[in-house]
Amino acid sequence: MVDQSNWDWETREKTVPMDPWKDKFNWVEEPYASPDGEHVAAVVNQDEEEFNVCVNGETWENPFEKIWYLRWAPDGRLTALVSDMAEWTVAVDGVPWENKFAYVWNTLFSPDGKNIAVAAQNDGMYCMVVNGKPWETTFQNMTYFAMSPDGSKTAAVVQVEDFGEGEIHKFQEGCFTVAVDGQAWENKFVNAWNMAFSADGTKLAAEMRHNLYDYSIAVDGRPWDKVFQCVWEPVFHPVTGSVIAPVRTGGKWTLAQDGEILWEGRFLQAWHQTFSADGETLAAIVSPRYGRWTVAVNGRPWSVTFSTLVSDLVISPDGSTIAALAKEDQTWKVVVNGAAWSNTFHMAWKPVISPNNRHVGVKVEKQGKYTVVINDRVWPQECEAAWDPVFSPDSEKVLLRTVENGQYLRRILPVTEITG
Amino acid sequence: MAEPAVTQDEKKEEEEQKVVDEGIEVGISRLTEARIEQVINQVLNTETGARLKTYVNTCIHCGLCSEACHYYMSHDKDPKWSPVGKVKQTLWEMIRKKGRVSPDFMRRAVEIAQTECNLCRRCLQFCPFGIDIAYLISMVRRICHKLGITPLYIQDTAHSHSVTMNQMWVKGDEWPDTLQWQEEEARGEFPTLRIPLEKEGADIMYSVIAPEPKFQAQLIYQAAAIMEVAGVDWTMPADMGWDNSDMAMFTGDNEIMGRVKRTHFELAARLRVKRIVMGECGHAFRSVYDTGNRWLGWSHPPIPIVHAIDFYWELLKDNRIPIKEKYPEPVTLHDPCNVIRGGGLMEKARYVAHALCETVVEMHPNREYNYCCCAGGGVINCGPPYKLKRVKSNRVKAEQLMDAKARGAKVIISPCHNCHSGLKDIKNYYDLHMDIKFFGDIIYQIMEKPE
Repeated sequence: MVDQSNWDWETREKTVPMDPWKDKFNWVEEPYASPDGEHVAAVVNQDEEEFNVCVNGETWENPFEKIWYLRWAPDGRLTALVSDMAEWTVAVDGVPWENKFAYVWNTLFSPDGKNIAVAAQNDGMYCMVVNGKPWETTFQNMTYFAMSPDGSKTAAVVQVEDFGEGEIHKFQEGCFTVAVDGQAWENKFVNAWNMAFSADGTKLAAEMRHNLYDYSIAVDGRPWDKVFQCVWEPVFHPVTGSVIAPVRTGGKWTLAQDGEILWEGRFLQAWHQTFSADGETLAAIVSPRYGRWTVAVNGRPWSVTFSTLVSDLVISPDGSTIAALAKEDQTWKVVVNGAAWSNTFHMAWKPVISPNNRHVGVKVEKQGKYTVVINDRVWPQECEAAWDPVFSPDSEKVLLRTVENGQYLRRILPVTEITG
Repeated sequence: MAEPAVTQDEKKEEEEQKVVDEGIEVGISRLTEARIEQVINQVLNTETGARLKTYVNTCIHCGLCSEACHYYMSHDKDPKWSPVGKVKQTLWEMIRKKGRVSPDFMRRAVEIAQTECNLCRRCLQFCPFGIDIAYLISMVRRICHKLGITPLYIQDTAHSHSVTMNQMWVKGDEWPDTLQWQEEEARGEFPTLRIPLEKEGADIMYSVIAPEPKFQAQLIYQAAAIMEVAGVDWTMPADMGWDNSDMAMFTGDNEIMGRVKRTHFELAARLRVKRIVMGECGHAFRSVYDTGNRWLGWSHPPIPIVHAIDFYWELLKDNRIPIKEKYPEPVTLHDPCNVIRGGGLMEKARYVAHALCETVVEMHPNREYNYCCCAGGGVINCGPPYKLKRVKSNRVKAEQLMDAKARGAKVIISPCHNCHSGLKDIKNYYDLHMDIKFFGDIIYQIMEKPE
């Protein structure tokens, strides 16, 4: 994780005028604020087939013919997918990787930002590229992607057997598997999908299908003994290393651990299971009955349910605070520990829990204006754009990144200024 | 209902149309009667309930559904092509025999379920009890899927969905690359046009079906042009889930259907869009608005789905698309089953047609009673082996179009991809000499563009 303690938590307000950018460039695409809030950047068009990135008013040294997927790495480096002369690569702070490819996409970052990976295609063959270095092995197709928590390993679902158009029975013999750092598992499956690395990065689990009907979870290439009617993406227990996945059995969903049913309860749906860092609390989004949604904690659903959607489940490291978004028709709500906030929104972003587990902050939108809500108290400033709030390491302050009246603002406020 | 007599001519015709489908035949060769019995009873006992029981127990075999069916009407009212006849030849027999049917029976059952019913639900409009025969035929497809006897072409498409989450094996790089290519092309005409990829917080996520990037990329160009002119805050995803189509829904592979739909909706949720606007596709609408979402437990779409008809209606009503002059050729409007009977967009479709075109000639019957294109429900996706049967089974549609043509219509507007392809085959086979267009084709042609 990035050390946020050395960020500027004292200066109350810093600004970057953005309106002049509109006069300087043909057009300015949507802005992205850096994690520490010190910089704001956007892809800008300078001329026909000439794009650049503008950071706090300054462009990168060299333009590119195409630029997309501008994203900040967690450590504050700015990345984009860039193309010149029909070749693609990743530019980091304006400097393109030496290796070029026919196409690159799906940027991944390690939590500390040190490792940057993309999927790449060259001559119709696919691999992952980590910090500019491609896997030694390439594959004829590659779908799902994952990076280990420390960023040292990457994985992808890969095609390892050839099959032609309409060769359905060959396909059903199993032509796909998972490759870790380019090394494919020996076992082949009809399908493999979402993957998860263990906390130490030594193990990898993936959803898979033996045939058209029998689903399971494969860990380091070995499927569980048990099969199910369907499965969703697995996670590792952060302490014991066991693997937990939603499984469908008897037409209902529940959670299984290492192939054995874990939760007694059965649901219309169960997914997005999430552990607290200590592994003591396991929560998942569930549908306790048709058309109703909530969160179940250690198997017990909250009493409050919602009609349309529950999403963006987050859990504090100690498990004491569990937050999610809920939607009723077109209204978004924030739900914390089973109680919905009184304020409602037209859109909401993933909740952020403070390091001391006491505050929940959420970027929200209402009537096209953006702001931030902490503990159900709405910050009254209406903004043209906003990013997720970031709590200081001591949880006393909050970093707010916004665009107001054509100007980017970085603010540090005491949390109590919003919560009262 | 008595078994229909088969004439020598019909036998000859059946021989001509005999198809050997590897997907079916290899599957059949692996079947045992015990396996068939086990699968049928597993599906009937654990995957159906009151709905199936009610339908089966309520039907009085009155045959009022028969004349609703284009297959029946196009085959001189031969009862074996009637909706109730198709249920009788498949599901009822399975129930009556408690699953003890032969591989040969299953060969015919899958042929009926996958290639002789479009699940268009026109028969539902005429059933005095509201029995949804499409649901019953879908259960036959589910059984056939579990027995591994689905026709080859559509099974291959379901495989594509399972790997790529799109129906045409479009790879991860090919999708954004195609969007960027179309964006570049469109900038020749609209210099500042963007196809905004992965723009979080946009009002709308625009989703399409995989044939668009695969071989109809001009439709993406046109959609981008319309968004540009109308000033829409939109985005297109770069990630899997961009394809709203779903042939797994039509093969009975509900688990892949659910996976594909979950990917689609969670993609829209991740992008924090208010709505998903989809292109002019009917079956995809059924999948995201009705079938797929419900299998996942969402009683209605978690992110609202707006079909292109509805979206164009909204833009035109709000005068957001300036029109140079109306489309001059007389048009007739085909009502696709999934968005009209399934989504109730018949009057909005007419509003759009009249707003865009000088002359709209109604085809008869129309709206929820319109005849099916005979391509939907996955039938066209069973591939070329069944094309002749498909076009011969929709003579009644050709007659309906001929009538509209006789009253002046020169162009068919079909706001559905499957209908589009099906009607094209009909017009070619029956020498109709009519053009077929999407609403988007016409809007792009007549809207004001920068000089």
